[in-house]
Amino acid sequence: MRFELTGEQDQIREMVRSLARKEFAPKAAEIDEKSRYPEENLKRLAELGLLGMLIPESHGGSDAGAVAYAIALAEVAGGCASTGVGMAVANMAGEAIYRFGSEEQKRRFLPLLVSGTEAGAFALTEPSAGSDAFGISTVAVPDGDTYVLKGSKSFITNGSRAGVAIVMAVTQKEPKKRISAFLVESETRGISHGKPENKMGLRGSNTVSLSFDDCRVPKRNLLGEEGEGFRIAMKTLDGGRVGIASQSIGIARAAIEAAISYARERRQFGNPIADFQAIQWMIADSATELDAAWLLTLRAAYRKDTGNPFTREASVAKVFASEAGYRACHRAVQIFGGYGYMREYPVERHLRDIKVTSIYEGTSEIQRTVIARDLLGQGHR
Amino acid sequence: MVFDLTEEQGMIQDMVRSFAQKEVLPKAAEMDETGRYPEELVRKMAELGLMGIAVPEDYGGAGMDNICYVIAMEEIARACASTAVILSVNNSLACDPILAFGNEEQKRRVLPPLASGRHLGCFGLTEPGAGSDSGAQKTTAVREGNHYVLNGTKNFITNAPQADTCILFAMTDKERKHKGITTFILNMKSNGVTVGKKENKMGINASATASIILEDVKVPVEDRLGNEGEGFKIAMHTLDGGRIGIAAQAVGIARASLEDALAYAKERKQFGQPIANFQAIQWMLADMATEIEAARLLTYRAAWQKDRNARHSKESSMAKLYASEAAMRASVKGIQIHGGYGYIKEYPAERHFRDAKITEIYEGTSEIQRLVISQALLKG
Repeated sequence: MRFELTGEQDQIREMVRSLARKEFAPKAAEIDEKSRYPEENLKRLAELGLLGMLIPESHGGSDAGAVAYAIALAEVAGGCASTGVGMAVANMAGEAIYRFGSEEQKRRFLPLLVSGTEAGAFALTEPSAGSDAFGISTVAVPDGDTYVLKGSKSFITNGSRAGVAIVMAVTQKEPKKRISAFLVESETRGISHGKPENKMGLRGSNTVSLSFDDCRVPKRNLLGEEGEGFRIAMKTLDGGRVGIASQSIGIARAAIEAAISYARERRQFGNPIADFQAIQWMIADSATELDAAWLLTLRAAYRKDTGNPFTREASVAKVFASEAGYRACHRAVQIFGGYGYMREYPVERHLRDIKVTSIYEGTSEIQRTVIARDLLGQGHR
Repeated sequence: MVFDLTEEQGMIQDMVRSFAQKEVLPKAAEMDETGRYPEELVRKMAELGLMGIAVPEDYGGAGMDNICYVIAMEEIARACASTAVILSVNNSLACDPILAFGNEEQKRRVLPPLASGRHLGCFGLTEPGAGSDSGAQKTTAVREGNHYVLNGTKNFITNAPQADTCILFAMTDKERKHKGITTFILNMKSNGVTVGKKENKMGINASATASIILEDVKVPVEDRLGNEGEGFKIAMHTLDGGRIGIAAQAVGIARASLEDALAYAKERKQFGQPIANFQAIQWMLADMATEIEAARLLTYRAAWQKDRNARHSKESSMAKLYASEAAMRASVKGIQIHGGYGYIKEYPAERHFRDAKITEIYEGTSEIQRLVISQALLKG
């Protein structure tokens, strides 16, 4: 057991913290207000090697590891949560291609994602397949040198900005349903996307539906083996969940920091409200739960870095961090009182932004299912 | 960041788990029922080197780190929370302050019997009028030549009836309030020391809790721990360590609630299937496990900070606050999963609930922990 960052992890934290606070945080309100995609922020992250943190240097990544990635993502999300999710999807898509792709696919796609030239996307969810991800109905039928994709995906982050999307589709229905993963390039004929969803939070991130209308994907764009798609999706989500846990913690830390400085300044009944136990209690509970959430997140990342199974640990981190983070943001709004409800202050945005962390990449309910199955010995581990 | 146990930490976990499961667990229900002090278990824990885990071997201890200590605490508490608190008081509240503040002579004289388990220690801070406000000590110590003369009453003192040695706090200078408190290493056999009758408690029944009455008790000057007026600092430092032990105790109790509920949920059939198949039950189990893992990591982190001699007041308070409240929640869920059987003493679920409750109270209530944490954040 050692609860300290390595020198390199500490350096990454300092660098990203300074970037997020100086460059991202000041623009976060405007990005939210205008629902503007923070393209320039993602460019900055790419320049610093933060979009390929889970990919070896041989493939253009910075190979910083899952712990460093969790640290960096939390800092970015604390500055601007929409930028954080862009960073998370880029790293997740890149890692999936690195881990499951052919050498040719890696050479073709990774440099684009890592350099920020193209955004990536991960397309699993469908209108009728949310938590029941295995229930997808998009199909891919082989035809000569191609697969023909038909169906639609919904709530796809980066959907209309991505140069390449990892799309899950059914390649066999009988006797046993099998799903495969495809690298679908944005200019492929037959793809269309819906208009951006009008979301409660994360308004700077691009979320759209994707439709595939006899969309021909070359066979060389099959990711992994045919039928391996569901496993690829689940593995990718294990890592993704550690990222979402980090994102939650970053957002919630920003909320607590704002609440602490407000509580020191705001005077009522002749005292700074920080002198009242009602306020102190909220701050103590938020800080305690976030420290616990952070340790759970780093533990999951550490297990990933050391090559150990971490499905259960990732679910534990994600459900705990997203729910504790939500409570912390909610308390922050409460500490600000009426001002907390106004867009002039950042805490209402933090509350709106963090809500999605207990929903996407597996709802809290799915995380609890994963954990309970593991406890009951029904897991895959 | 490294989240693996060292070889030594893994070994102590295996050893204590096996001891706790084989020798402690089978007796826990009976000890709870009768309130019997587990003398034979304390003796065995002494043989295993558990009474002074983080005390250097030179002073009769096992010379291990505080992570080993919390690992051992969790395993013992998983089996019997009462036995665990006896262990915790001796390690954290008796040995640790002597190690941290004692002079060499005191460490040579007093530590070996305590750390090896030949003697048992207790900690006399709380008074009838000084609970959370521990600075409001009424017990007095007046210097007379080479002695101090102590008068006053301590209450709710764990281990008092069996203890040989008490780390005792008394006012040497009332004017200076909490800065006028001084610490003494009290021989419990001294003239004028009376132990009151055992409290009849909701839980941790096998651990004895009693008052200590001091009537003109003479304590030699060489048994003063630290300087005059240093007592409050010693008490706070000691409790910073003690809280890590209680956090580990809470993790152990919570784990007992979870493991018992898990086994029951797999066996118990309703509506034609094991109740473990229902999401209502799965959710409770998942939340228990998640919170236990969070609590354990906070506890390990605090122990690790203590091992490095880094400041750890905030971290200890976070661990204790979170672990104790998580244990309470887990124990309620444990009963709920057992349904009616959870309310019956035939099953251990209700004992875990009664045992868990104290972890939110002693060595600083949850309210005091929140005060410590918020002060660190708001002043820091």
